[in-house]
Amino acid sequence: MAVSRLAPSASTLSKLLLHPVSAPPFSRPFSGTAAGDDQTVLTIETSVPFTGHKIDPPSRSVEATPKELLSFFQDMAVMRRMEIAADSLYKSKLIRGFCHLYDGQEAVAVGMEAAITQRDSIITAYRDHCTFLGRGGNLVEAFSELMGRRTGCSKGKGGSMHFYKKEAGFYGGHGIVGAQVPLGCGLAFAQKYFKDETVTFALYGDGAANQGQLFEALNISALWDLPVILVCENNHYGMGTAEWRAAKSAAYYKRGDYVPGLKVDGMDVLAVKQACKFAREHALKNGPIILEMDTYRYHGHSMSDPGSTYRTRDEITGIRQERDPIERVRKLILTHEIASASELKDIEKEIRKKVDEAIAQFKESPMPDPSELFADVYVKGYGVEMQACPGLKLSKSIK
Amino acid sequence: MALRGLGRRISIGKRCFSSASEVEKRPRDGKQINLFSAINQALHIALETDSRAYVFGEDVGFGGVFRCTTGLADRFGRNRVFNTPLCEQGIAGFAIGLAAMGNRAIAEIQFADYIYPAFDQIVNEAAKFRYRSGNQFNCGGLTIRSPYGAVGHGGHYHSQSPEAFFCHVPGLKVVIPRSPQQAKGLLLACIRDPNPVVFFEPKWLYRLAVEEVPERDYMLPLSQAEVIRQGSDITLVGWGAQLSVLERACDEAAKDGISCELIDLRTLIPWDKETVEASVRKTGRLLVSHEAPVTGGFGAEISASIAERCFLRLEAPVARICGLDTPFPLVYEPFYMPTKNKVLDAIKATVNY
Repeated sequence: MAVSRLAPSASTLSKLLLHPVSAPPFSRPFSGTAAGDDQTVLTIETSVPFTGHKIDPPSRSVEATPKELLSFFQDMAVMRRMEIAADSLYKSKLIRGFCHLYDGQEAVAVGMEAAITQRDSIITAYRDHCTFLGRGGNLVEAFSELMGRRTGCSKGKGGSMHFYKKEAGFYGGHGIVGAQVPLGCGLAFAQKYFKDETVTFALYGDGAANQGQLFEALNISALWDLPVILVCENNHYGMGTAEWRAAKSAAYYKRGDYVPGLKVDGMDVLAVKQACKFAREHALKNGPIILEMDTYRYHGHSMSDPGSTYRTRDEITGIRQERDPIERVRKLILTHEIASASELKDIEKEIRKKVDEAIAQFKESPMPDPSELFADVYVKGYGVEMQACPGLKLSKSIK
Repeated sequence: MALRGLGRRISIGKRCFSSASEVEKRPRDGKQINLFSAINQALHIALETDSRAYVFGEDVGFGGVFRCTTGLADRFGRNRVFNTPLCEQGIAGFAIGLAAMGNRAIAEIQFADYIYPAFDQIVNEAAKFRYRSGNQFNCGGLTIRSPYGAVGHGGHYHSQSPEAFFCHVPGLKVVIPRSPQQAKGLLLACIRDPNPVVFFEPKWLYRLAVEEVPERDYMLPLSQAEVIRQGSDITLVGWGAQLSVLERACDEAAKDGISCELIDLRTLIPWDKETVEASVRKTGRLLVSHEAPVTGGFGAEISASIAERCFLRLEAPVARICGLDTPFPLVYEPFYMPTKNKVLDAIKATVNY
């Protein structure tokens, strides 16, 4: 197999700025690098075998092309860089409110996208920046939204916790823990009616796994054979509470009882891809299935949580060294001689540059217009007078 | 950015009000502490004076996300101060059961925005327990504490003021303190009150409000509003963090020769209609202000009741300066909030009606 030389071209990576990380709808995501070989098929074993609950797990041998591996690397590197940039922006008070970072968990977002299309739906909680990028969101939309600018994906009105992308089947972006799961089952209910062979992935965390509404929704989904895949992103800590302190059974893939489940190494993007592909086929034929992604977040719960009062720094660095998703793919790329170490470093440098450019760009974007305050409470024309006191006028200049 | 500057300008000042009239009469025996420390003191006293009192909720063990429960688990043990999993409905239901067995269950809902899964338990189980069982059972030992209100950057789900939903439920009491010294006395009164109580704590004031608070065990009366400033031209009614805004509006109005009477309602249900009525009989004008959206907010109840009682005395319609009828916004918070200037405009408009 010829070694493909990879030269990160400026045009390629400039696409990152305005173009989505993933491709247009109806195809698998790829980073547009022409140098990647997508003919050779490599067979790679996942880090650990899958564990099934009331189901035979899929094989741990996953097929991937060099191009795919490179795209995984690039996509995850963009996500990682974005989250780290968001961290500094928050500390310099350019991002306000709440900010929940996803670094460490990138493999879940990227692996899932590799197994599905944008006609499938994804709904998640508030740790949604990278899921948004995976769904085709671009950096300018993301950073603008974080900073509350009008060029943001939710017009600046949602903020960090409420990213959405309708045309890509990304249903957000939810603040109340666990509330998105019944919604996700409802999405699947509609998909079943449409008979269009699509599914919904409803993501939640280990903290949300103890919410009552999740079990209600699961029961209904199983009863009606809805094409929903419940994905527990188990990063082992619900805010500051370790999973074993919150759950009698932390085997979240088994908590569906009569609903089959699969435990997946969420730090291995190929395992995630395999599991999601498997789950998707299952859900279309047999109804709900639970995927538990064993993953880890390097940051604390949110920017106001240092993340080190309830876990040791050794634990965090240990995971970084042993299981980091980007490093795993880097090793695969180097082992299979798809690219050289310096080429990969160049890609990362380019990404860093592009992210910084995106930040510089959005810093200039304007805030939403004051009239947007009242927009979209109801459908336009069906609302009521919004005045709270006589004579209140909203002028464009803020005094 | 201009918006942020505006936010800074309306942020609440560091000092809170002077002590309530009741405590003023006693010798000064307190220390300057903030709101979360005052709440913490109240909880320590509650647990030490009643061996069947329990404090629980999400993350309360290490001290809680706002430090209100610091030191309790170490002092009273994990059997009395403990964490629950992330399930508000479960927390409320569990608390009601515990209270029904004669214990004092002090449950924390981490943010008032998350109280809705527990709403059914509180409204249907807690509020009606004594009534529906013909007084055989009750959950009077139940107190639910929850941080509420705007904090400058909380957005949709860390800023809500849901008090009006609970004020609509006979059988519950709803209490909101304005300052550290008030909070300690009111919280102890709520915990010891033989009815289920929802106690909303203004989170913006947790660190910002600093006041002299007596170190001893003391309670303040429920269902008693407090006139914290005497005046003759207009009555202003509010609760919680909003009182600080109202007080600054009163100061500015005074420069224009308008004398404002300011009342802290303290208990929202059952509320002290007599005190408010007496004040409006004196001034002839009423303005109610709260952070929650104006439509259906508790100001509507106050307005209607006072209109019923004082119709012929009123010189102007009752003014309500409240949050806008939108979801609590993110970047637009300074527009949404019932700011000092909005209140001042309304005071002048009402006085000049």
